[in-house]
Amino acid sequence: MSEGCQTAAGGRASSAPLLGGDEEPTLFELSRPGRRAWQLPTTDVPEVPLADLVPADHRRDEPPPLAEVSERDLVAHFTRLSHRQYSVDLGAYPLGSCTMKYNPKMCDTVAGLDGLATVHPAAPARYTQGWLQLLVELEQALCAVTGMAAATLQPAAGAAGELTGLLLMRAWHEQQGRQRRSVIIPDSAHGTNPASVTLGGYRVLTVPSDQRGCVDLRALRQVVDDDVAGIMLTNPNTLGLFERDIAAIADAVHEAGGLLYYDGANLNAIMGVVRPGDMGFDIVHLNLHKTFATPHGGGGPGAGPVAVTSALAPLLPGPRPVLDAESASYSWEQPARSIGPVHSWHGNALVLARALAYALVHGADGLRQVAQLAVLNANWLRVQLGQLFDVAHEEPCMHECVLSAATLRREHGIRAVDVAKGLLDEGFHAPTVAFPLVVEDALMFEPTETESVQTLYALAEACRRVVARAGVEPGAGDLHHAPRRTPVRRVDEAQAARRLIATFDARPGADA
Amino acid sequence: MDLPEQLRYTTDHEWVSVTGDRIRVGITDYAQDALGDVVYVDLPAVGTVVAAGEVLGEVESTKSVSEIYAPVSGTVLSVNETVTAAPEQLNSDPYGAGWLCELAPTDPSAPEALLDADAYRRLVGG
Repeated sequence: MSEGCQTAAGGRASSAPLLGGDEEPTLFELSRPGRRAWQLPTTDVPEVPLADLVPADHRRDEPPPLAEVSERDLVAHFTRLSHRQYSVDLGAYPLGSCTMKYNPKMCDTVAGLDGLATVHPAAPARYTQGWLQLLVELEQALCAVTGMAAATLQPAAGAAGELTGLLLMRAWHEQQGRQRRSVIIPDSAHGTNPASVTLGGYRVLTVPSDQRGCVDLRALRQVVDDDVAGIMLTNPNTLGLFERDIAAIADAVHEAGGLLYYDGANLNAIMGVVRPGDMGFDIVHLNLHKTFATPHGGGGPGAGPVAVTSALAPLLPGPRPVLDAESASYSWEQPARSIGPVHSWHGNALVLARALAYALVHGADGLRQVAQLAVLNANWLRVQLGQLFDVAHEEPCMHECVLSAATLRREHGIRAVDVAKGLLDEGFHAPTVAFPLVVEDALMFEPTETESVQTLYALAEACRRVVARAGVEPGAGDLHHAPRRTPVRRVDEAQAARRLIATFDARPGADA
Repeated sequence: MDLPEQLRYTTDHEWVSVTGDRIRVGITDYAQDALGDVVYVDLPAVGTVVAAGEVLGEVESTKSVSEIYAPVSGTVLSVNETVTAAPEQLNSDPYGAGWLCELAPTDPSAPEALLDADAYRRLVGG
């Protein structure tokens, strides 16, 4: 409890204005015995003793020690916490690799329509033709963007899409009557890739990046053999660079009987400009929550549809919504050799509704412009920030740019994470730090297409002020102790990981 | 950067010290500095037989997870249980309290083929 907070008998006041660095009390500190947020009316239904309903060994010895607060205190508590948050709706969020673009409110409005939001997923197809039409049209739109033949909309997020893709890869090889044991991943890949490969039952083969930051084609040719099930690639890759050898990569993998998996994390860079299908990919996942407008990053629902070539379509998860051209009606259909469902019902349906709304309101030309502006913004920022930091690769980037704090570190002991913390003091969200791993003290900025040039300029100027703090002595506003202007200052991330306490115990004397 | 002369090194930034017929393995000062704060260490079971280059364990920092590779082929004789409880010792004392495990090399002369301090210094540009 911070000093200077007035406390009346019994604990903290909830409604005292919180200023500066005062910490918000926990609900347990606000708790008073007997206080309730809601009083249920008494009824004339006779109460049945708990002992008659629940066997003794399933009953608690005592009630759980929950906080007891009024509705007024409860609302004040969460409203104040929300005011201390940073979000995409508040300002620029250049967290590289995450595509934290502003999401048009129109998409939320569509997802909130009664006709969509109140339909029971188990309602028979004849009563939910509108929903099925929406799903089929979204599938068609995603196939048009990716250059694929069919898609499943079930996977709940990017990593779920990856696992689905790998299960499809496995099923396809088994159908060809061959057992393959490894999947190739570049050393610059997202961390989810090796995790998905392992979960999919495959061994990870890492292929190094070359001087350009792209897949080392010679090294790739050395590891491709008839034990390789496929390769997982992001294009543009995590360095924000387009894999220009993609056609040769595809040939090398295909000649050995392997498949190409496209990680859609960076689709925002190429949407409407080039299609993964035309590059030779066989399986493509999309992060609708990144590219197609759903607020994410706070653990909210995502959607990771997987699109495939016609050869793989019979293996897709089912049931799938389909249009029967003859009767002009929609129904559910089980693909011939489906790997089985990977999500119940329609998947994260309202994310899918948002995505179709986003695609339709932009149209094909609009989606292409999204990608073009995302690339333009990233390059504008790259040139500005290249004056302040080391540049990982001196060439135009795609939708994100990777810089390095290596020189700051050598000259001032300032690491990428210190720069990121300094940027919080400037009122911006931090960039991604220490990723990709192939760049020393990496700083990865992805401004997205939704930020104006004025915002980009303000962000670059903020970075300039942060770098100017690099040589400041400890105690005089140095970056090692940044941030200083946020409600929570520098947290000890190492200690938090070493000694993880994932529960809160409000009892006096408990280790909380 | 601290780089003791009497140790042997690998291109994967591990060090090896030889005492009789057993070797001790850890990560270098360069490695701990590049990793940042180490938060978790996963070590092999005593008795595990590994071939040179095979995964021996895992070191996780606030930035990343890195694998530890067996510098030579051999059998795991003992592991440093202290670092699993206090992984920060890899940062504070990488050549001392932060050692990871001890092996009995299949070929006792194998460690001689590893890098000496000068060669490792050239590798990391020191």
